[in-house]
Amino acid sequence: MPDKILREITSLLLPFIQMYGIYVVFHGHLSPGGGFAGGMVLGVSLVLYILVFGLDSCLRKIPHHLSSALESFGTLWYAAVGFVGLLRGASFLMNKGAGIDVGTPGELFSGGLIFIITIGVGVKVASTMLSLFYTLVEED
Amino acid sequence: MEDLLLFIFLTFLLAASLSVCFIKKLIHAVIVFGVYSLVMSVIWQMLGSPDLAITEAAAGIGVSVIMIAVVTRLGREDQ
Repeated sequence: MPDKILREITSLLLPFIQMYGIYVVFHGHLSPGGGFAGGMVLGVSLVLYILVFGLDSCLRKIPHHLSSALESFGTLWYAAVGFVGLLRGASFLMNKGAGIDVGTPGELFSGGLIFIITIGVGVKVASTMLSLFYTLVEED
Repeated sequence: MEDLLLFIFLTFLLAASLSVCFIKKLIHAVIVFGVYSLVMSVIWQMLGSPDLAITEAAAGIGVSVIMIAVVTRLGREDQ
């Protein structure tokens, strides 16, 4: 079990790391980063939580089957959003050509489907990091 | 000035990546690998690619170092 300083600093720092990850995911269409980079930051924050507070404490919050389910959900979400373009009579993953309102460039809620897809990618990457770590640790 | 800084960083990158191969103790090699990722992330930022810099900082320093540490720790316990 790590010492008190490590635990206190981590519990102080963890909300900021996760908030930064969510910020990068949500601003994927405006600023550098996106679903992959933001999801990676979120996943690293969860791995940091495991390293400091122990595996069992994280398994109680996010079980292995839940992180695997979230992983599949991210991929299916991407595909389901892609079919919106087909349903509106255009090609797969079509955004503005399918008649979707893309809003004003530079605002947070703009970009049409890209904003929605990026959230799915972020969930997918973050849960993949967690599942990968669970699989590596539970191997023994 | 920026060219000189880039040259120093690239030389450091070369030295770090070569020394990972030749360091005997596993824990030291993992730490040097983390330093390699950190310098690589700074170089991505200097070359005007902040997107890759964020990903390298998270994936290179965070995940791969931790994964290598976990895998080598498990391997040592088996022996």
